[in-house]
Amino acid sequence: MVNQIKLVLRKEEGVQRMLNTKDKIFQNLHGFEEPFLEGALKRGSWSNTNEILSKNQNDVIEMVKSSQLRGRGGAGFSTGLKWSFMPKDTGKQHYLVVNADESEPGTCKDREIIRNDPHTLIEGCLIASYAIQATKCYIYIRGEYHFEYIQLEKAIAEAYEKGLIGKKACGSNFDFDLYVHRGAGAYICGEETALLESLEGKKGQPRLKPPFPAGVGLYGMPTTINNVESIAVVPTILRRGSDWFKKIGTENNTGTKVFCISGNVNKPCTIEEEMGIPLQELIEKHCDGVDGGWDNLKAIIPGGSSTPMLPKNVCETVRMNFDDLKAYGSGLGTAGVIVVNKNNDISEVIERFSHFYKHESCGQCTPCREGTGWMYRMMQKLVRGEISPEQIELLENVTKQIEGHTICALGDAAAWPIQGLIKNFKSELIEKYNKRNLKAS
Amino acid sequence: MTDTSLIKIKINNKELEVDKNLTVMQACEIAGEEIPRFCYHDKLSIAGNCRMCLVEIEKAPKLVSSCTMPLMEGMSVITNSEKVNAGRKGVMEFLLINHPLDCPICDQGGECDLQDQAMYYGFDKSRYSENKRAVDNKNMGPLVNTIMTRCIHCTRCVRFATEVAGVPELGMLGRGENAEITTYLENSITSELSGNVIDLCPVGALTSKPYQFKARPWELKRTDSIDIFDSVGSNIRIDSRAEEILRVTPRTNEDINEEWISDKVRFNYDGYYQQRIDTPYIRKNQRLQISNWDETVKVLTNKLKASQPLALIGELVDVETGYAVKKFMQNFGEDNVECRTDNQFIHNNLNSFRFNTPINKIEDSDLIVLIGTNPKIETPIINHKIFKAYNNGAQIFNIGENISLNYETKYLGTKLSELENEKFLKNIKKSKNPIIIIGSSYLNNLKNVHTYKSLISFSHQFKLITKDKNNLNFLNPFASRIGQLLIGNTTKNHCEPFTKLLNQKFDTVLSFGSEKIADSSFDSYYRVYFGHHGDEGAMKSDLVLPTPLFTEKNGIFVNIEGRPQEARKCHNPIGSGKEEWVILKKLSQNLSYDFEPNTFDELREELFKKHPKLFEFQEIIHEDSSEPFVVEDILFEDCKPLKLIENFYMSDIISKNSVTMAKCVEEILDKPLMEKSA
Repeated sequence: MVNQIKLVLRKEEGVQRMLNTKDKIFQNLHGFEEPFLEGALKRGSWSNTNEILSKNQNDVIEMVKSSQLRGRGGAGFSTGLKWSFMPKDTGKQHYLVVNADESEPGTCKDREIIRNDPHTLIEGCLIASYAIQATKCYIYIRGEYHFEYIQLEKAIAEAYEKGLIGKKACGSNFDFDLYVHRGAGAYICGEETALLESLEGKKGQPRLKPPFPAGVGLYGMPTTINNVESIAVVPTILRRGSDWFKKIGTENNTGTKVFCISGNVNKPCTIEEEMGIPLQELIEKHCDGVDGGWDNLKAIIPGGSSTPMLPKNVCETVRMNFDDLKAYGSGLGTAGVIVVNKNNDISEVIERFSHFYKHESCGQCTPCREGTGWMYRMMQKLVRGEISPEQIELLENVTKQIEGHTICALGDAAAWPIQGLIKNFKSELIEKYNKRNLKAS
Repeated sequence: MTDTSLIKIKINNKELEVDKNLTVMQACEIAGEEIPRFCYHDKLSIAGNCRMCLVEIEKAPKLVSSCTMPLMEGMSVITNSEKVNAGRKGVMEFLLINHPLDCPICDQGGECDLQDQAMYYGFDKSRYSENKRAVDNKNMGPLVNTIMTRCIHCTRCVRFATEVAGVPELGMLGRGENAEITTYLENSITSELSGNVIDLCPVGALTSKPYQFKARPWELKRTDSIDIFDSVGSNIRIDSRAEEILRVTPRTNEDINEEWISDKVRFNYDGYYQQRIDTPYIRKNQRLQISNWDETVKVLTNKLKASQPLALIGELVDVETGYAVKKFMQNFGEDNVECRTDNQFIHNNLNSFRFNTPINKIEDSDLIVLIGTNPKIETPIINHKIFKAYNNGAQIFNIGENISLNYETKYLGTKLSELENEKFLKNIKKSKNPIIIIGSSYLNNLKNVHTYKSLISFSHQFKLITKDKNNLNFLNPFASRIGQLLIGNTTKNHCEPFTKLLNQKFDTVLSFGSEKIADSSFDSYYRVYFGHHGDEGAMKSDLVLPTPLFTEKNGIFVNIEGRPQEARKCHNPIGSGKEEWVILKKLSQNLSYDFEPNTFDELREELFKKHPKLFEFQEIIHEDSSEPFVVEDILFEDCKPLKLIENFYMSDIISKNSVTMAKCVEEILDKPLMEKSA
């Protein structure tokens, strides 16, 4: 089947290209090599960190900015720009907080990075902290990632021992401390301000913004919060130059990206690829195609459970980057691609997501607290085909009432999958209702 | 200092200039645009969780919650667009889907924020066809009734308990739909201000237990009055129906109680009707027997014709009554009226017995010394202000008994001379605005004026007393005291006035609500009790005359700062009670003494003529700072810590008779009042 399907080629190049192995940032993403210091040194980590730390802090930020690196946590905000929001020379303690609370269903990229290449992250923490004048950095790791926590602690101990971090890190004049904090298993603690609350020892509930963490963050001090992947790619960008990074990918969506493909594919995998790779190419090349062939594809959720799904026809042409997916009404999110084929009831998939968001809503603000439960119950009915076309409209209306009215983005994340379902498969849902009614009568 | 410069903004295309530190919601209020809200309360921190106050801001992609949004130059806010309305309607629908439809049996009905706002933003019928959520009710003690299914999770109560009451015992457990507000392990709230959560709750989740199912708000007559169960003089509103008081709620007064009142005044109103003296009694054959006014007045007249009476003034007596007593007692000589039955020390000046720092300025202090006082049970409102100061970073020191308060105190010792402790002196020298609060009971039984002079001298030395401020405060917990002392219902002795009185030749004692009459030192006296509640005082008296309660007549009370305020009449006296001045006028006529006023208004007019300062309600009476004593040898006499009030819930004759207060003692203080029979 796989061979029969014509791959969609990138029109401007006319050839299908796989990301060059030498351009891969996470050389040991699959764990075939030694994950710790010995292997990391071989892969080039820590090779000229001292040199980077001797640069002006603004230059480091400028370099990251010019590489057009966009945050890998989901929102796709320019990392360099985020760093430049940090106040300069305030005399206050600055913090870098790395968000390793990777709980988005369908996403496991940070896990692989921490497990198999932890030194890219540690070195990234050091450089990023240096850039934003933070002498302390916290990695908030998901509680369930126990093995990864052990790997990370081991790698940090190594780095401390070799003087790579700690007092006068890498022989520079920069003192740097790195701490790992384990979460207790709440999805909402992946929201940056809820993460700060949790880190401070409080109940994980998102804070109100403004003030933004760059002004008032952890313990009331200026704080930058970045995703593991965003931080881990920084050392390589600085080492190989922003132009190298910019050359990979498409305009404004540069560099490489770790994609996690799961669901109904023949070989689910986590793979580093070029930003902007066509979705179909990604699946055919790395996952050995959709289970049952491309024609058996129902829909693809391109960026973790929060993003609206793409129907088959869009999947054939869309490229995996922030802007293109946005144009199709979805988003790259965390690049956790979930493939659903026709053997599954798509509404059941979304119902499961709804349950997840109902379960993980923190309960702080009204629309999300009350709305997620309502949506879940209606989704249950929808799966059973008990919902009439009018009620489908009501369900859509409820998602619109949640979207954009909440404190954090969990409300939106709960609403979007359902909106995507109704947008793409409304006729199917109505058909389901009619069929059930026919049976009943 | 924060920059308070003005910025230009637009609200609904109307331009205005406002302080840049305000939030969008506050600016909208200035512009006259009402914003619906549930979680926002101006005395609490901002939570922004109800999402009812959504507004549109030009150029912002989403609606924003106006309570959390700071203003920015040139901001254009729209509060009445379709988008805003749709957003608010959506939020309202979410609030209502799990809110029970029990308005007809809900105590909040008629004064419910949710009900009111649902009128504007609610749909006419429900689109929610799933099952509604039900939540178990939680125990919050004998005062707060909970129906938690009604809760909309605004967290006002949680923030109140943590930020105002200073007892972080309330919280939200669980998350998402399963989030529930509860107290820690479902224990009672141990704050003296816990009743305020009832007012704060925008729905009927937290309601008053004693008021449960008693009345509807629109049936109630509202009377503005004053809390007389401590000396702070919190402003209250009394809700009554016919001849019965059903509820007491706070009135906002930013200078005194802000929006809070203590649980005692809020809930002890059932004590108003318990054990009331409703008719005159006379002692015949060793027993008090029901009598009538004619007989008792005749007996009293004859008694007074040939005796040396002494008048004692109790703790709940208004200024007018005190004035009438003084006027009447002048006929029998001088120095025969005393309100300081606890041997309170005073000096020549008003400043020597009042709370000199204005109550709303306590929070500005950076160092507070509590001497022989427990503000938590004596005056919860002042305790709240100290807690505010503590939250602003003030250090709190304590001399006297080592008490535990809801904030951290540094204990210095029992002796007043600990003020000269080296470590403490170091702190007070650094302090910019120190405050000393002396429980006046600590100075009771003081033998020597020199200690007072030393205190003044000490205060001058450490800039507690300067030209424009006086931070040496005397805290007396009784509501009547300052007023009575102002009109001079006391003897000339500074120290131990009451003890010294007993050595003089009196043979009759007239008690106006003072329980001190039951003291054994009066065993040989003829005892006459004017009062409203039958307790030990009335039991031991030979003649008992019923008088009205503060809710049954108008009366002025001067609060601890020296601020005259009026308590107003809600309904007529119970039984055949007569106001004291009427009885005294009758006695004066019988004894052919002068007593000119014919009406209460005339009495008050005469009082104002003699004491014009009392006329200005709500204004603190000004007196120049204390006598500038400079004593060479600062010497502090050892004082014995006395406890005038040991039990917050039962500090006076009314609360002692309140069933609700008795329940509080049992459940909150965990002290069984009676041995339970096996």
